[in-house]
Amino acid sequence: MTVRLTDLDRRMLEGRSGEGLRLAMSIIVRMAEVCGADELLDVSQAHIDGCGSLSESSLQFAETLASGGAKVSIPTTLNMGPLDLQNWRVFGVPGEFAAKAIRQARAYTDMGCIPTWTCAPYQGYLTPRFGQQIAWGESNAVVYANSVLGARTERYGDYIDISAAITGRVPRQGLHLKENRRGQLLVRLVDFSPGRLREETFWPAFGHFLGPVAGDRIPVIEGLPPDATDDQLKALGAAAASSGAVALFHAVGLTPEAPTAAEAFQGGRPEETLDVRTGDLDAAAADLSTADEGAPLDLVLLGCPHFSFAEFRQLAEQVRLAPGRSRCSFIVITSTQAHALLERSGLPASLADFGVRITLDTCMFHTPMVAPGTRVVMTNSGKCAYYAPGELGVKVAFGSLADCVRSAVEGRVRREGRR
Amino acid sequence: MTRHLIGRVLVSGAAEGLALVTRQPLSFWGGFNPKTGEIVDRRHECSGQIVTGRVFVLPAGKGSSTGSACLLEGIRLGTAPAAILLLKTDPILALGAIVADELYGRSVPILVLPEEGFHSLKDGDRVAIARGGELTVSSPDTV
Repeated sequence: MTVRLTDLDRRMLEGRSGEGLRLAMSIIVRMAEVCGADELLDVSQAHIDGCGSLSESSLQFAETLASGGAKVSIPTTLNMGPLDLQNWRVFGVPGEFAAKAIRQARAYTDMGCIPTWTCAPYQGYLTPRFGQQIAWGESNAVVYANSVLGARTERYGDYIDISAAITGRVPRQGLHLKENRRGQLLVRLVDFSPGRLREETFWPAFGHFLGPVAGDRIPVIEGLPPDATDDQLKALGAAAASSGAVALFHAVGLTPEAPTAAEAFQGGRPEETLDVRTGDLDAAAADLSTADEGAPLDLVLLGCPHFSFAEFRQLAEQVRLAPGRSRCSFIVITSTQAHALLERSGLPASLADFGVRITLDTCMFHTPMVAPGTRVVMTNSGKCAYYAPGELGVKVAFGSLADCVRSAVEGRVRREGRR
Repeated sequence: MTRHLIGRVLVSGAAEGLALVTRQPLSFWGGFNPKTGEIVDRRHECSGQIVTGRVFVLPAGKGSSTGSACLLEGIRLGTAPAAILLLKTDPILALGAIVADELYGRSVPILVLPEEGFHSLKDGDRVAIARGGELTVSSPDTV
């Protein structure tokens, strides 16, 4: 199958406007063939995931594009990077690694990307609009942009993201098209009390449950509270995009393409209906933990995706109530944008007194920051709990923010209601 | 016993190897270590297995879009599977292989198989893949 190209597309592909642009366009056209798209579509914003991890090949790719003269043609934000660009020395990151990470960062900013360095771009700069065609990478950002904002993006992996930003073009297919955004699976929350729905762990546990049952189908969720916060939806989406390939969910009465279930299904019928009970989410929460209750705790890790200012406020409240300081390492990851608000809030002193260390711009899974000998990690993030055992080689305990703070004070995993 | 299958080519190339078959999707980021070729998703049924040089048969990828980078780095380091056979188109994996081809001029063929053919593959089958998408499968003699 051949992809129909415009004259401009063809000029880019022939390399008459530079080798960087040719490489980017070649990737877009070959991916259009993979996806069975018959033509390309304009996008007006991009978010780059490929800047987030560092390897020889990721660096070579970025420098090949940049030295080939490529520039982004649309507003383009950057995902978290492999380095806390300001504080890496404090965290003991090896200089050789940092030097390569800085080279890679420079290649992306040289191409004109905006140095946002965050995996929660929807809570920072340049939030996409409803219906806007965009090319976003980072699975948690993709599901948030599609579901909560109603912008339209496929799950763009590393390298096609920057290719789309350079060319302003993507394959015309998938979630860019309204007909492909129709709900497929009806998920009903049947026996959840309002109190349970307000519990912080409900959201990541529900996301963790939803991922495998939805697979890559689009779930329509009935029964979520209409006053859900951005951070709750962020936690849900991030967990669902880790345990499964969820790139879009509809929540009836809550997300913009689902004022009613009928609209979410675009007049069609669900392929399947699934009733979820409290016991299912107890099991999902338990599945997110591999560490035993009472295990000595080495590290509390928060901010996956990056902590928002609102989450810092919640943490500060828990710290205020805590009977002592943290006995283990306690790291919160955030963006410079959320951190700027924190700095002006009067909260940093109490957080620092408790033992909270803040790192910016990065991700624990992509930067060598976790101290050697770290065996047990605790988090309130479903995504972090899902990936930590494989990526960091640790045991993980999943619990609420209050559980994390309590456990840090005791130096052991201590969750409310568990023994 | 030898049999033939046809797959839809996402990334073309010729390859041969022993099949490593799973019915569970895998995220290559968090699931595949490009330095060692090991499946490191501890929740996955293939956890601990080495995919290097194998014809990796899995229904689909999942999870993080950083999977492309992990496959690309695996191809650069020579730890990647010899080929990847899927049940569904997986753009994240295809992309990793396409970028490897653009950047290094070497790649890993990725094909989508029809359901019946996909399910007929067993661990340890010898699979040879031709550029056009033809597969020759020989199963070890059954006792």
